[in-house]
Amino acid sequence: MGKKVAGSGPCSRIPDNSAFKQQRLPAWSPSLTAETVLPFFYIIGLVCVLLGVALFLTVQKIQEIQVDYTTSGTCDACFEMRSNKMSASVKCRCSVDFSLKENFQEDVFLYYGLVNFHQNLRRYMDSRDDGQLVGRTTNLKNPSTYCEPFAYNNGTPIAPCGAIANSMFNDSFTLKYLPPTGGVVIVPFYRTGIAWYTDKNVKFRNPQIENELLPQVFQGTAQPFYWQKPVYELDPSDPNNNGFINEDFIVWMREAAFPSFKKLYGILNRQSKAIFEHGLPAGNYSVTISYNFPAQYFQGKKLVVLSTVSWFGGKNIFLPIAYIVTGGVILVVAVVLTVVYIKIGKKGLNMEE
Amino acid sequence: SKFCSFKPIYKPEQFSTNAIKTSKYNLFTFLPLNLFEQFQRIANAYFLFLLILQVIPAISSLSWFTTVVPLVLVLLVTAVKDASDDFFSRLIFVPFNRLRSEKWMDVQVGDIIKLENNKFVAADLLLLSSSEPLNLVYIETAELDGSTNLKVKQALTVTGEMGDCIEKLAAFNGEVHCEPPNNRLDKFTGTLTFRDQKYALDNERILLRGCTLRNTEWCFGLVIFAGPETKLMQNCGKTTFKRTSIDHLMNVLVLFIFGFLAFMCTVLAIGNGIWEFQEGSVFTAFLPRPDGVDASFSAFLTFWSYVIILNTVVPISLYVSVEIIRLGNSFYIDWDRKMYYPRSDTPAEARTTTLNEELGQIKYVFSDKTGTLTQNIMTFNKCSISGKSYGDVFNFAGQRLEITEKTEKVDFSYNPLADPKFSFHDHSLVEAVKLEAPEVHNFFRLLALCHTVMAEEKEEGNLLYQAQSPDEGALVTAARNFGFVFRSRTPETITIVEMGVQKSYELLAILDFNNVRKRMSVIVQSPEGKLSLYCKGADTIVYERLHPSCSKLMDVTTEHLNEFAGEGLRTLVLAHKNLDEDYFREWSTRHHMASTTLEDREERLDELYEEIEKDLLLLGATAIEDKLQDGVPQTIEQLSKANIKIWVLTGDKQETAENIGYSCNMLREEMTDVFIISADTPQEVHEELRKKMKPESEDEPTIIQRGILDKKSKMLPDETVDGEYGLVINGHSLAYALDKSLEQELLRTACMCKTVICCRVTPLQKAQVVELVKKYKQAVTLAIGDGANDVSMIKAAHIGVGISGQEGMQAVLSSDFSFAQFRYLQRLLLVHGRWSYLRMCKFLRYFFYKNFTFTFVHFWYAFFCGFSAQTVYDEWFITVYNLVYTALPVLGMSLFDQDVNDRWSVQFPQLYSPGQLNKYFSKTAFFKCVLHSCYSSLVLFFIPYAAMYDTVRDDGRDIADYQSFALLAQTCLLITVCVQLGLDTSYWTAVNQFFLWGSLAVYFAITFTMYSNGMYLIFTASFPFIGTARNSLNQPNVWLTILLTSILCVLPVVAYRFLLIQLCPTINDKVRVLRGTAPYLSLTRRQHPSPCAGCLNQVQRTRLSETLYLF
Repeated sequence: MGKKVAGSGPCSRIPDNSAFKQQRLPAWSPSLTAETVLPFFYIIGLVCVLLGVALFLTVQKIQEIQVDYTTSGTCDACFEMRSNKMSASVKCRCSVDFSLKENFQEDVFLYYGLVNFHQNLRRYMDSRDDGQLVGRTTNLKNPSTYCEPFAYNNGTPIAPCGAIANSMFNDSFTLKYLPPTGGVVIVPFYRTGIAWYTDKNVKFRNPQIENELLPQVFQGTAQPFYWQKPVYELDPSDPNNNGFINEDFIVWMREAAFPSFKKLYGILNRQSKAIFEHGLPAGNYSVTISYNFPAQYFQGKKLVVLSTVSWFGGKNIFLPIAYIVTGGVILVVAVVLTVVYIKIGKKGLNMEE
Repeated sequence: SKFCSFKPIYKPEQFSTNAIKTSKYNLFTFLPLNLFEQFQRIANAYFLFLLILQVIPAISSLSWFTTVVPLVLVLLVTAVKDASDDFFSRLIFVPFNRLRSEKWMDVQVGDIIKLENNKFVAADLLLLSSSEPLNLVYIETAELDGSTNLKVKQALTVTGEMGDCIEKLAAFNGEVHCEPPNNRLDKFTGTLTFRDQKYALDNERILLRGCTLRNTEWCFGLVIFAGPETKLMQNCGKTTFKRTSIDHLMNVLVLFIFGFLAFMCTVLAIGNGIWEFQEGSVFTAFLPRPDGVDASFSAFLTFWSYVIILNTVVPISLYVSVEIIRLGNSFYIDWDRKMYYPRSDTPAEARTTTLNEELGQIKYVFSDKTGTLTQNIMTFNKCSISGKSYGDVFNFAGQRLEITEKTEKVDFSYNPLADPKFSFHDHSLVEAVKLEAPEVHNFFRLLALCHTVMAEEKEEGNLLYQAQSPDEGALVTAARNFGFVFRSRTPETITIVEMGVQKSYELLAILDFNNVRKRMSVIVQSPEGKLSLYCKGADTIVYERLHPSCSKLMDVTTEHLNEFAGEGLRTLVLAHKNLDEDYFREWSTRHHMASTTLEDREERLDELYEEIEKDLLLLGATAIEDKLQDGVPQTIEQLSKANIKIWVLTGDKQETAENIGYSCNMLREEMTDVFIISADTPQEVHEELRKKMKPESEDEPTIIQRGILDKKSKMLPDETVDGEYGLVINGHSLAYALDKSLEQELLRTACMCKTVICCRVTPLQKAQVVELVKKYKQAVTLAIGDGANDVSMIKAAHIGVGISGQEGMQAVLSSDFSFAQFRYLQRLLLVHGRWSYLRMCKFLRYFFYKNFTFTFVHFWYAFFCGFSAQTVYDEWFITVYNLVYTALPVLGMSLFDQDVNDRWSVQFPQLYSPGQLNKYFSKTAFFKCVLHSCYSSLVLFFIPYAAMYDTVRDDGRDIADYQSFALLAQTCLLITVCVQLGLDTSYWTAVNQFFLWGSLAVYFAITFTMYSNGMYLIFTASFPFIGTARNSLNQPNVWLTILLTSILCVLPVVAYRFLLIQLCPTINDKVRVLRGTAPYLSLTRRQHPSPCAGCLNQVQRTRLSETLYLF
C-alpha cells in the first residue's frame, strides 16, 4: 500500500520514462574475450619482466654491508656485562672490524639494526604521549595514562614518557677507516637530517616557555628510567638537536613495522674529508661501539649496517625478483590461455547449446 | 460531524477510540523504541557487545570510534529507513486524517455520526437513516477492495424513520449485539433490539471504514467498531513474515563466520600465550606486564582483543546494504513501464521490498485461472433453453461456422434499451424470443430478476449496470438485449421491462450466493400475484435439487453443458419453481426468525434455503466466455522454457480447465499423454496416481533427509520420465490425494508431469497444494491470483503475486507483488527477478570477499607482532573502510549490474535456471570466496612485507616503520578490492565509474587530510599518522609494490574466469558471446536462426512477434 500516489486522468500513474528508472542507462559492458584478455596478459607479462630486470640492475648497484656486533669482536664482554643486573650501568666500549670489498659510492648511510625487537607490540606502541612530544606543556607535567608504568617516577612526571621512549636505543658508534697506508681515519657522519621532515618539524616539538631555556622547561620532570642523561642533553654537540626534537630520539620513536628493522644513525659527511668525497673507499674498517643497549632482553641481534641508496631505496632484492617471476608466470599463463583458446574456445566447441 | 451520543450499554473505555496508530512511532518515542528494536537484531547486539569490549582498557585493541562510527551510521540509516516507512504508512491514511482529524480521533463506539456526500466513512457504522428514499445509501469501496462500482446499503425501516431529526436520534435507545471484531469485509452478523423488537443486522446495514459516500446527501450511522477494531484495520495486518532463502543462508553463514572468528581468535590467543611465555617474559624489561597478568592471562585477553580486531568478518553494514539493494530493486519494479497497464492505469507494485532476489529463483508457479489467465471480462456466448442449444452459427449445409469479426451480428435495434456493445450471432434465439416461447421468456426473466446487480439510469434509456461479479453483469446484459430489461431495484422491488412492458416484481427474499452454496435464488411475486422462486447456480448443485420430471431435459442439457465446457466456457444452470402462497408465508416467518438469531444463524438459514430450493424445474443453461488475457500462452511457454513449472489451480469444471490448458499451450496435442485423475475413493486415487505414471518405479518414494541441523525438512528428489505428460486432477480426488498417506504419491506423479491442472479446488486446497510442494521440494514457489479465494495460496507461497483486476483488491492486499496482467509475470521473473538475484549474489560474494581479505591481513600480521592484537591498518581506515571507501562502488554494482539486458533475458529464458539451482550464491560459493580472500590477503600482506621490511626511502630514511607499512597495506588492499570490483562489474554506467573513481579519490583525499599537520595539531591523539602519506606515497618502491599486489591478486582471477568461459561456459557466457557477435536482436533472428528455430511452430512465431511488440 506504500507507494500509491493518487492522480487523475488516464495514465496518470505511468512511471517516468527515464533511462535510470527503466534501467536503460547507457553503459559499457566489457566481457572477458580472447581479444582483450590475451593481449592484456602478454603486455602485462612483458611489462613485469622488463620492470623486474630494470629494478634488478638498479638494486645490483646498491652496496650494503651488515655487521652483527651483538657478541662479535670484543663485544661479547659487553654483552655479558649488560646481561648482569649488577653491571648494567657500567660503561662498556668494544669494537668490531670488517672490510668493504668495493667502494661505496656517493652517499653512504649508517644504520643500526635490531633483530627480533618487537617495536610493534600493541601495548608498546600505545605507550607514548604524542601530546607531550608535540610540546604541550600540560602534557609535559601530566603524561597520558597510556604511558604507564613509565609515566611517573615517584610522582615526578617522566619526559618523554612511555615504554618506547624508555627503551630508546642508546648504543653509539664511531666508524674508523683503516687505510692500507696505515693510521686511522675517523669516518665523519652527519647526525642530523636522519628523521622525516614532518617528524622533525611538526610531530615533535619542544615545549616552549617564554624566556626559559630547555633545561628550565624540563624542570620538574624526570628522565626515563633507562636513560643515562636527561632528554635535553641528548646531543651535547648540537644545542638544536636536544629535547624532543633530537633526531635519534625521533627516529626511535617511529616504531618499526616488523621485529627486525634498521634505523638510520648517520649520513656520511662527504665534505669534511677528501678521502670520503666519493663515498667510502674499499678497505678495512673498525666500528667502535659504546655498548649500552641490552640485547638479551629481546633475544635478538644488534647490527651495524652501511648502505648506499638509489631511487628505488635500499638494497631489497625481493621486488625485482618478484616482478621477474610474476612476469614470467604471466607469460606462461598467457601461452596456456592462447593454446586453450585456439584449441577449444575459438572453434566454439563449448558454445553449442 | 459528531453531535450526540448513542447511549452505549457497555462502558466505552472497553472499546477502542477511533485514533488509529497506523504508525509505530511518534516524535518522542522514535529514538528509544527504534533503538530498542534495532538492538534486538543479532548483528547490532553483537556490535554493542564489541563496543563494551572496547571500553575495557586491557582488551581494547582499537579505539572506541572504530566501532561507534559504523554502528551509529548503520543505526542512523536503518532509523531513517524505519522512519520513512513509518511516515509512508502514515501517508496512506492521509485521506482519513485530512478530514477533521481531531474529530475523527474522538469518535467512539456508541456515537452517532452524520456523514455527508463524498466523505469517507470514519468507522464501521450501523446505518440508521439517510437522505435517499427507502433509506438507501450508495457507497464506493475502492479503498477497501479496489472496485469502483457503487454498492447500495439500506437502513432498517425502523431506524430510517428517524430521518435527520436530531431530537429523535438523540433519544434513540437501542441495543446492538454483534460479532467480535474480525477481518471479513463481506460478512456481518448482529441484531438490534429497539422498542422490544429484534431486528437482524447483516452486511447490508453496515458501512465500513474506508468507504466513500456517493450520491447520497447525508446519512446517520451508529459507530459499531472504531479504530483498530474496524474491518479495514483488521485486514491490514500481514499474517506471515516472509524471508528469502538467501536470508536463511546468510543466517547460517553468519553462524559459521562466528565460529570461524572464534577459531581464528583461539589460534591467535594460543600464539600469544606461546609468544608471551617464550619471549614476552624477557621483553618485560622493555614492556612490563600489568599487575596480575601472566602469559596465559595475556592469551585470554588477546582472544578478546582479536575478537574486536577481526570483527569485520561479521560485517555490520551487510544487513543495511542488503536492505538498500532490495529496496532499490523494488523501486525498479514500481518504475517499470513495461509492467504498466495503461487500460486500468496500473503500474506494477512491489509491495514487499524484502523478497526481490527470490524472484530469480522460482521453480513452481501456482496460478489461478479466472482473472489471472483470463480477462475476467465475461461475454454471454451460448445458452441451452429447454433442450435446445443457441449460440452457434451454421451455414446452409448445416456445418458449424467459426465465429469471427465478420460474422453477422444479431440486430437488436428493435429494443430501444439494448446495450450496443453486446453482440450475439445466432438469430434463432431472437426468433424464439419473438415467438414468445414461455420457456425462453422464463429463461430471460430469470436472468433479469435473479442477480444482485445495481442499475443506474442517469438519463432515460441509458442504463449502466454495476455488477459485483462480471458473470452476473454479462447475464443481465444478455437478458436486457433479448428484451428483458432490468431497469431498477429497491430493496423490496425489482422493475424490469419485459418485451417493452414495464413490470414491477415484489422481491420477497434473496437467497444469497456463497462459495459453499454455489447458487443464488430470489423469491418474487409478479404483478399478477404469482409467487415464484428463480435459481441459478453450478450444474452439479442445481441438478441435485431438480424435480425428477426434468430427467430427460437434464440429459440433453448435460450434453450441452459438456459441449460448452469443452469450449472453455463458464456454465450456469437455471431453474425455477412456483411457490404456494401459504407455504411461503410460513417459511417466511421462520426465515425471519432465523435471520435475527445470533448463534448458528448461517446454519439455520442454510437449512431453510435448502428446504425451499428443491423440486426445481430446469430452464436451461448459460455459457459465458471468459477470454484469455493477452500474451498468456506466450508467457507460459517462456516460463516453462525457463524451467519453471506452472500449476493451474482453478475452481472451474474439469472440462473448462482442460480447455483453458490447451488454449494456454500448457496441454498440447503432441504430449505423450494427459492423465486425468477423477476417482472417488482414496484407493482408486492411489491406483490411478501410481499406475498411470511410472508403474515400474519403486513403491516407496526415496526421501532425502536434508542436513543434520534440520531433521524436519524432507526432500523428494526430482524424477525424470521420457516424454511429456500432463496431469489433470479434480477437486474430489485432490482432497484424497492431499491426505498424509497419498501426498507424496501425488507430488511424485505431479512433478514428473510438465503441466499440472487442478480443477474444482477450494481456496484451502490451493494453499494445501502450495504447502505440499514447499514441504517436499526445496524449491521456491510463487502463487499468482486475483481473487479473494487466492489469498490463502498467495500467503502460503514464498512469493505471492496479486493481479489487480476485476475481482477487487483482496488478493493484491495480501500479495508481495502486484500488477495488472498475467503476462507481466514473465518480465517480473525473467528480468527483474533474475537481475535482483544476480545482483544480490554478486553483492554478497564481493562483500564477503572484501571483508575477509581486509580481516585476514590482520591475521597474518599477528605472526609478526607477537600476537599482540596490533592492527595492520590505521584505525581510521578500519572505521571507514566499509562505510566510505568501499560502500558506494559495491552498491553501484548491485543496483545497476546487468549481465545481459532485458531483451536478451527474455529471449533466452534458459538464463533463469542458475537461480533455481542456487548457482550464484551458496555455501560452496561462500567457501570459494573465503579461499579467494585467503589468497588475496596472503598476497596483500606478504608482498608489502617482503618489499618493505629492510628497505629505506630514496634518501636513506625510514620507510619500514609501522605507519608507512599500514598506509601501504591499506592502499594495496583498497586498490585491489576496487580492481576486483571492476572485474565483477559487467555493466559500467557512468554512476559506477563515478562511484569507483570517486571512492579512490575520496580515499586519497581523506588520507591526506587525516595525515595533515592541521589535523594532528588539533586532534593530536587521534591522528598520529601525520606526514605518513607525504613521506611514503612519494616513493617509487611503494607504488611498485601496490602495482605488484594488484596484479597478483587480480590476474589469477582473470585467467581462471577466462578458462572457465573457454572450457565450460555457462549459459550466461554463451549468451554474452552471442551478444558480442550479434548486437541487434532483430538481425540475429533473420540471419542466424536461434537454436530453437528449427521447431518454430505457429505459436512460437506469434511469440516472436509478441516479444518484439513487448519491446
